[in-house]
Amino acid sequence: MNQEHLAVYEVFVRSNRGLDHKHVGSLHAESPEHALMYARDCYIRRSEGVSIWVVESTNITASAESDVENFVEPMDDKPYRHATHYVLPDKVNNM
Amino acid sequence: MVQINNEQTQKTQDSLYRFVLGLADDSVVLSHRLSEWCSNGPYLEEDIALANIALDYIGRARMLYQYAAEVEGKNRSEDDLAYSRTEREFTNLLIHELPIGDFAFTMVRQFFLDVFYNLYLEELVKSKDDTVAAIAQKAIKESRYHLKRSEPWIRQLAEGTDESRKRTLLALDELKQVVGELFDMPDWETDLVDSGIAVDRKSLKPAWDKHVQSFFSASNIDVEACQLQIVGGRNGIHSEHLGHMLSEMQYLQKTYPGMKW
Repeated sequence: MNQEHLAVYEVFVRSNRGLDHKHVGSLHAESPEHALMYARDCYIRRSEGVSIWVVESTNITASAESDVENFVEPMDDKPYRHATHYVLPDKVNNM
Repeated sequence: MVQINNEQTQKTQDSLYRFVLGLADDSVVLSHRLSEWCSNGPYLEEDIALANIALDYIGRARMLYQYAAEVEGKNRSEDDLAYSRTEREFTNLLIHELPIGDFAFTMVRQFFLDVFYNLYLEELVKSKDDTVAAIAQKAIKESRYHLKRSEPWIRQLAEGTDESRKRTLLALDELKQVVGELFDMPDWETDLVDSGIAVDRKSLKPAWDKHVQSFFSASNIDVEACQLQIVGGRNGIHSEHLGHMLSEMQYLQKTYPGMKW
């Protein structure tokens, strides 16, 4: 089948209550509804998740690898921004 | 008096065995047909989705064969029932055994069956036989999803290109000849309806017709109320296709009886 008319969707799965949706991969689909069903069949068929988001890939605005020098690296030498002195109680699992 | 009761019990057990076996055969045959799309799907995602449905049906078939074997009480296993019986001993309804055809044929069949199983299992969960009711309870969740999946596909095929619409109409023409058998009642199932174990298939027909007709009318396709045309599956009278399918499905067990891995 000609796949040119199929859009690419990014798939995000939340593996458990209390956790965030995580990017797990991408797939082709005819429509957002189909994408959601395919994501169900491709990514959570072994009970890997309780919730799925699908987003058409073209809707994602991404940072560019080539900008890494000014976009990411300036953060490297600022340890005072890290909240290293807080102790997390054991009971707080998913943070 | 005791004698009569025993005969009655035996008859009910026989009916129950044939009833459960028929449902198991329906599931395993459809499952095998769907599995034929594995590696042949129109694209990878749909390939996996169809194989997933095949697995739902194999799960159903296993539960039903296990129960049929238990009811039969002849020390046969689920594998014996699935892999050691001949074509004439298979009692699946014909719609399940037809070759996969093109994608439109597969999806229209799936849609017809999904509508049917949603109605059928909804009733079967009330069965007075606890095991049958429990299997139906598990299966209906799958069938609800299957229908949610086949409906947008049918819409898309019917309203897509001239080619996809043409193929959808051809599939409808072919399938209407065998779909009526879904609502046909063999004697042993009728017996079990009286005792609250089986479902009266005939009673589901108006709702099935209504669902299918209204769904297709939205795409400007008229579907006649389905009629009983070609029958025979429940009595082991099959199309030419089942034998070929079984020879492939049963190949391993016939070549190496009792083989396990």
